[in-house]
Amino acid sequence: MKQGIVFTGVPSMEELVSSPGFPSKNRLRKGAVAVIECVQEIPCDPCELACPFGAIKVGKPITNLPVLFEDKCRGCGLCIPPCPGLAVFLVDTTFSKDKALVEFPYEYLPLPRVGSEVDAVDREGNVVTKAKVLKVKNPKKYDHTPVVSIAIPKKLAQKVRGIVRKQRA
Amino acid sequence: MLSAEVAVIGAGPAGLSAAIEAAKAGAEVLLIDENAKPGGQLFKQIHKFFGSKAHHAGIRGMDIGNRLLQETKESGVKVWLNSIVWGLFEDKILGVANQEGSKSIQAKKIILASGASENAISFPGWTLPGVIGAGAAQTMINIHRVLPGERVLMVGSGNVGLIVSYQLLQAGAEVVAVVEAAQKIGGYGVHASKIRRAGVSILISHTVKEVKGKDQVEAAIVAGVDKNWNPIPHTEKTFQVDTVCIAAGLRPLAELAWIAGCEFVYLSELGGFVPVHNENMESTVSGIYVAGDIAGVEEASTAMEEGRLAGISVAMEMGYLGKEKAEEIREAVGERLKSLRIGPFGEERQKTKQRILEAWQRR
Repeated sequence: MKQGIVFTGVPSMEELVSSPGFPSKNRLRKGAVAVIECVQEIPCDPCELACPFGAIKVGKPITNLPVLFEDKCRGCGLCIPPCPGLAVFLVDTTFSKDKALVEFPYEYLPLPRVGSEVDAVDREGNVVTKAKVLKVKNPKKYDHTPVVSIAIPKKLAQKVRGIVRKQRA
Repeated sequence: MLSAEVAVIGAGPAGLSAAIEAAKAGAEVLLIDENAKPGGQLFKQIHKFFGSKAHHAGIRGMDIGNRLLQETKESGVKVWLNSIVWGLFEDKILGVANQEGSKSIQAKKIILASGASENAISFPGWTLPGVIGAGAAQTMINIHRVLPGERVLMVGSGNVGLIVSYQLLQAGAEVVAVVEAAQKIGGYGVHASKIRRAGVSILISHTVKEVKGKDQVEAAIVAGVDKNWNPIPHTEKTFQVDTVCIAAGLRPLAELAWIAGCEFVYLSELGGFVPVHNENMESTVSGIYVAGDIAGVEEASTAMEEGRLAGISVAMEMGYLGKEKAEEIREAVGERLKSLRIGPFGEERQKTKQRILEAWQRR
């Protein structure tokens, strides 16, 4: 099967690594950083306005892919909820000795409970590990796009991008 | 016979924007819609929109709808709801039917913003209850808060198919798969990624072959297709589903423009027959304008901009706006429209829109 976003709906590692919003391995080692998984030139730029530190630039035309200036990124995660594509994540590989933190937008109810154990999924929706819910942020200014933080094994930091949602009874 | 300076037909994103611009400039505007509520399809768009700040990017469609309704009120637009425009005659006379009866209205200018309707596709079992339009499913979950089914197969991977799949998951349904007959996903990758993370598979080069069930949908049979979209033998897969959603594109709802004698051009990229219009959105019948999906199926953000163009042009023609001022606003709107029609998803629409202008110039 052909790889790539237009064939599978999932950006391939190659597409991600060659996109300008994807942080380098070196930057990832240093601590929390935004991971912008936006690989298609669509007319959209709210991420640029969302960053208080000027670490994201789309510019003109607005179909430019967002560029992450990784040294300016402080890992605050404010760029996660305004992305209409839900394509921005936060990864902190320095969370603990063996765990990484991954933050992602989560627009499903019920929200996971802080402290609970959940199934974490990769970009294809496959369950890859158990995870602990660290935080659920849902202030008014996020406009109904809650942001969930989970702790996962460090080696899965660039794989895990969400959790299994609760099914209806 | 009643009279109106400007009659706008359809209170969706294009019609609301057109009415607001014309009324703000000072025109007396009557906005007519057949539904009980204005807003068209905006209020079921519960997701955040793309674009830039000038296009309300990052704001949910329903909230943009509320803003437009507020502006409509403030600008003094007269709104008739539950009113069907059933005819458009010479001298810009509209036939309108509502609970008070049928009446004729003569308008100086008319803006047609009647939107689009969903395409159906036929296959054995397509008339079974449970085979519904993706737009219908979206109306049910996001407006009426009723789940059309528990297990859904989505047919079509354009933005409508992908977004409605996501919203069905949010509403609590299970989407078993999205099938796409083309060799690649039609809509934005980010919309596809959302549902992939949620465990939904997207099958490209696949189509729905048959839907089975006694009194309602019970199963859908899906098959792989070759490059010519012919089913490949022995590739059938059966999904136990109670709902099949069809997201096979939209076509302009242009009956009133046909009745009025507007010239048309066939452009499959924009959904089919589209009234020929100039860059001010005026059709080939003087004084009748078109905006939004009727002028070529695109999206809500482009519809709003086209509505503004039409509203401003009408206000200028009627003397409510100076030519210079009108040109200035039209230029700004034109720039915003252009920025929505670039990139791999927008370029083709820009080129096709250009062909409408060429058709206008050839006359």
